[in-house]
This record gives sequence, structure tokens and C-alpha cells, in this order.
Amino acid sequence: MASVHVRDLRKRFGKTEVLKGVSVEVPNGSFAVLVGPSGCGKSTLLRTLAGLEEADEGTIHFDDRDVTRLAPRDRDIAMVFQSYALYPHLTVRDNLAFGLRLRKTPEAEIAARVAEASETLGLGPLLERLPKALSGGQRQRVAMGRAIVRRPSLFLFDEPLSNLDAALRAQVRVDIRKLHDRLGATSVYVTHDQVEAMTLADVIFVLNKGVVEQAGAPLEVFDRPATKFVAAFLGSPAMNFVDVRIERAEGGFRAAGQRGLSVALDAATFGDSLEDGRAAVLGVRPHEVELGEGGVSLAVDLVEALGPESYAHGDLGGGAFVARLDASSPVKKGEALPIRLRTVHLFDKETGTSLRGAR
Amino acid sequence: MKRRVSPAESVAAHAVMVIAVAFALYPVLWVVALAFSGARPPAPHVLPLPTSPTLRPLLDVGGASRDGTWLFGRQLMNSIVVALATAGVGVGIAIPAAYALARFTVLGKEGGVRALLATQMFPTVASAVPLYLLLDALGLLNSRTGLVVCYASTSVPFAIFQLRAAFEAIPADLEEAAMVDGATRFEAFLRVVLPAARPAIAVTALFAFMSAYNEFILAATLLGREEMFTLPVVLQRFVGEYDAQWEHFAAGALVVSIPVMALFYVAQRHLVAGLTSGGVKG
Repeated sequence: MASVHVRDLRKRFGKTEVLKGVSVEVPNGSFAVLVGPSGCGKSTLLRTLAGLEEADEGTIHFDDRDVTRLAPRDRDIAMVFQSYALYPHLTVRDNLAFGLRLRKTPEAEIAARVAEASETLGLGPLLERLPKALSGGQRQRVAMGRAIVRRPSLFLFDEPLSNLDAALRAQVRVDIRKLHDRLGATSVYVTHDQVEAMTLADVIFVLNKGVVEQAGAPLEVFDRPATKFVAAFLGSPAMNFVDVRIERAEGGFRAAGQRGLSVALDAATFGDSLEDGRAAVLGVRPHEVELGEGGVSLAVDLVEALGPESYAHGDLGGGAFVARLDASSPVKKGEALPIRLRTVHLFDKETGTSLRGAR
Repeated sequence: MKRRVSPAESVAAHAVMVIAVAFALYPVLWVVALAFSGARPPAPHVLPLPTSPTLRPLLDVGGASRDGTWLFGRQLMNSIVVALATAGVGVGIAIPAAYALARFTVLGKEGGVRALLATQMFPTVASAVPLYLLLDALGLLNSRTGLVVCYASTSVPFAIFQLRAAFEAIPADLEEAAMVDGATRFEAFLRVVLPAARPAIAVTALFAFMSAYNEFILAATLLGREEMFTLPVVLQRFVGEYDAQWEHFAAGALVVSIPVMALFYVAQRHLVAGLTSGGVKG
């Protein structure tokens, strides 16, 4: 087990700077998820932790051990690759034992650890097979097994679920988290899937264009996104954004948009950032909407009924808007639906940073 | 999933295969018939059957010489040793070169590869005379070593092309996984990349072996002494300018084929491609 301390890491490939000063702190034993769109640098960051890429600047410490310039094999890590990277010429048993044999572990010890890992992951009947004779899900489990037999102080996962079908993915996601809780080793997990990020993480790092946009507990990041990017990236369907202008009105400030949109803003939440005439972006999550007279109306042009809930698509204040409604809500296409916005977010029009005042 | 094949399809497929095999084997059967015929060649006939079947030609060719030495045995060994050495040297040099070209950024890589390709444009005959002069200067005329050096110089570029493609097809993930698992870069190459590339290496080595084993022009130019001959040169001597001993030529051809067939038999397990499939996703 180890804590991970990454300080001001920079990495460039040719002219492209992929990591632009990234700092990450992962406490001992916790499950950290690096999440972001493709090209955000999350995989490069993971590969730098593994030692497969060398950092140009900055330092990486596992506990107080400086590993920045160490070879992968000297870092005491195990990694599960997106492609699984099982050795094609070795049976499942030999795949699991490969790392232990390289480290000259006694054969009796290897046998014991392979047996334990195959017990944990249900690999028993597969041990004598070659990787090509396994299904995708089985290969994924072997890749996990190869990591856990090593008993490393740090597990690295590079999008390990992206090659599985949806049903299996949900199952393996749960299995991975349970395994982590059982083994207690620190894990760093890369994904572009925000559901995986939200469900697996103790601490989540949202990366964008080579920088960490926000770090924190998943729900905290979800509820209080620091930037418009984070707000848009987490949550499905994505947060709605409407261009507004902040206006002083009787009894406080309001956000005014096109087509008569006018939303009251809570001075306690947004504090000093409320200035008369300031251009801003109003953010509303689809599930933070409820039916009711609140001075806002959604011009519905499509209703998606999913069963337990419905999504009403339409126009609000001149922008596309999605509202999550109970399945029982009587909503029809073409209707002007009166809605109330339970929670609103406000972002700077230029920088995209949240206008929520410091708490 | 394998599609189930209907009986009619199966019969049709086998019929086509029988015709194809007969087409390919018919001339070979004539060689067999010749090899077991007496000095008088068999009459042109639909069925390749030997006239007055005898083992005479085989014994003449493969047996001991008049002076009591087993010349043919020595020539057979020449061929096998030269071909094995060519395959070994060629593949041995090509493996590291191809791996470097496949994985690393090498200064002048593309230019170098093109130059390598350019060396393959010239026919062997064009280089026969310069090679003769070179080997003469090096004292390697009439030697197996000299022949291996010449053969390897043409088998190496070809092997590099073959193996570079094979190494490029092996995902870098495999090596990285091995390195995370505790291997050095060299151990990862030795224990993961080489085994994964084994079918390609086997095919490449077999090609090098075959081209050296069958090569005639350089062997005929560079080898002057009978006891250093390789089998293609020996065979050619049977159908000389004045006296064509076709039954001896055919018997020799049969014996020549045996090592090649044995090699294919042994290698066929390695020739089955697709060993890498399944290592990564899929």
C-alpha cells in the first residue's frame, strides 16, 4: 500500500504538451479515478505513474519514495491494460505466474498465490487455457488476476471495462470496487465514462486539456462543479446551459435570458460575483427541474418516455434544454410546460469558472 | 462460429482439391517413375509408370563413389549445412534489426529501409562476378562459409522486412505489461515478443533455408571442387552437355526433396499463424 503524490507533472510529445503541470494526491488505500474526455492526458498521467512514460518535469512519490525516474519494474505496481495484454503464448496459469517467476518467487509460493487469485476471480476452470480460448469477460478477469497475484502497493487501471458489453461492464464495475475494498491497496483508475468515475471513486480527478480541472469526492464534485467543463462532463443527461445576463431587481438579483426567461438568484450562494449587467451561463441539471409555476416555461418539442422517468426536450430562454420528469407527468409535444428550477449553477461567460462564492 | 458445411458442398470442395493436387503432383510422379527406371526412359504414356523398375539410379546417385568415399553424402551435407547456416545467420541478424525498426525511433530509418529494399532489386547473376572476386580475395572460394556469407547477404534484407511487419503486429501493450510485471526491456523482448513472433520467425527461417537450399547460380560459380558442391550443382551435372542421365537426375531430385519435406513436416506446427490472436481484446 502506498499513497501517491504527483507534483507539477509536465509531459510533452513533440510539440504537443499533454500534461501541463498536473498535481495529484491519492491517500493510502483509496480509489482514485482520473476522468476526462479523450486527449485530456489521463492515460498519459497513468502511464507516467507506471513508468512507461518518463515525465519531462515534476516529481512522483509513492509514500516518501521518489519514483520519478525508476523503471516500471522497480515501482512495485501492477497494471490492468485496456487491451488486457495477456501473453498469447502462455496459459492462464502461466500468465498469472509470469511476474512472480520474473521476481524469482519460490514455486510453492507462486502456486499458492495463483490458487488464491483464481479462487477470488473464479478462474479455476480456465487455468490451463490459452488467452485466445477465453471470452472478453474472462480475459478481463485474467488481467485482474495477473495484477492481484503480484500484491503490489499500487494498482493502475487503464480503462479496463471499455471492451466489455454494457451488462458485463456494470457487473465488473461492482466486482472491481469490492475487490479494492477487500485488498485495501491504493488504486488509480482511468476512464472516460463518468458513471464509472462516480460509482468507483473515493476521490475523482477531472482532467481537461492536460490540467486537473477539479478534484474531490464524487458527489461533492457533482454537486459543486468548479467549472462549466466539469459540470458538463459529469451527469447524464448533461447539464443544460443557457446564456443569461445578471440583473439587479427588487429583492435581489435575477438571471435574465431570451424569450422572457427570468430566474431569481440566491445572494447567499453566489455572493459577490453577482454584478448588475454581468454576462454569465446558467446551468441546470435535468433532474433539478420539477413541474410547477415558477416563472419559467419550457417549450416542449420532444418527449422521451423511458419507463420510470421521462425526458422533456425543448427550448428554454433561447437554448436547448432537457428536463427529467416523473413518468406520470402529463407532458405533450408542443406544450409550454411551466417548471421550477430547484438548483441553479452559474458560470462566468468567458472563463467558465463557477460563480458560486467561497463557502 | 464455424458454419456447418452441407454434404454437397463438401463433395464439391474435395473434388476441386483432388484435381488441384493431381495437377500439382502429376509431374512429380513422372520424376518418381524416372527415378525407378533403367537407363532407357519410360515411354510417353498417360500413367507415369517406370519401365523395368529398378533401384539402380538411386543406388548410383546416393551410394558410395568408385573410390570408396561417399561423395553424394558429403554434397548432401554441404547443402544442408549451408542452408541451415544461412537461415540461422539471416534470421539471427534480422531479428534485432527488425525489432529496432519496428519499435524505436532510429535516425534515418525510412531511408535505410529503402536502401535495404533497393539491394533486392538486382538479380543474383549481376553480383556473381564481383562476389567471386571478393571471396577469392578473402580466401573463401570453394568453401561453405563463403557461400553462407553470400546467401545471408540476400536473406537478411528479406528477413528484416518479414520480421519488422511481424513485430509491428505485436501490440506494444504486451511488452509494457511484462515490464510492469518485472521484466527489463530485454527480458520482455525475450520472454514475450519472441514467443509471440515465433510463427513469423519460423516462416522466415524456412524461406531463407529454402532459397539457400535451392540456389544454383552462385553455387555453380563459387564452388569449383566436386566435394564442395551443393545438390543443385550436382543435379545439373547429371544432365550435362553431352550426356543426359535423366534417371540419375530424377533419383537425385527425389533424394534432394527428402530434407525439405522433413523440414516442412517439422515446421508445420509453427507455421500455423494466429498465435498472437487473443492476447489483446478481440
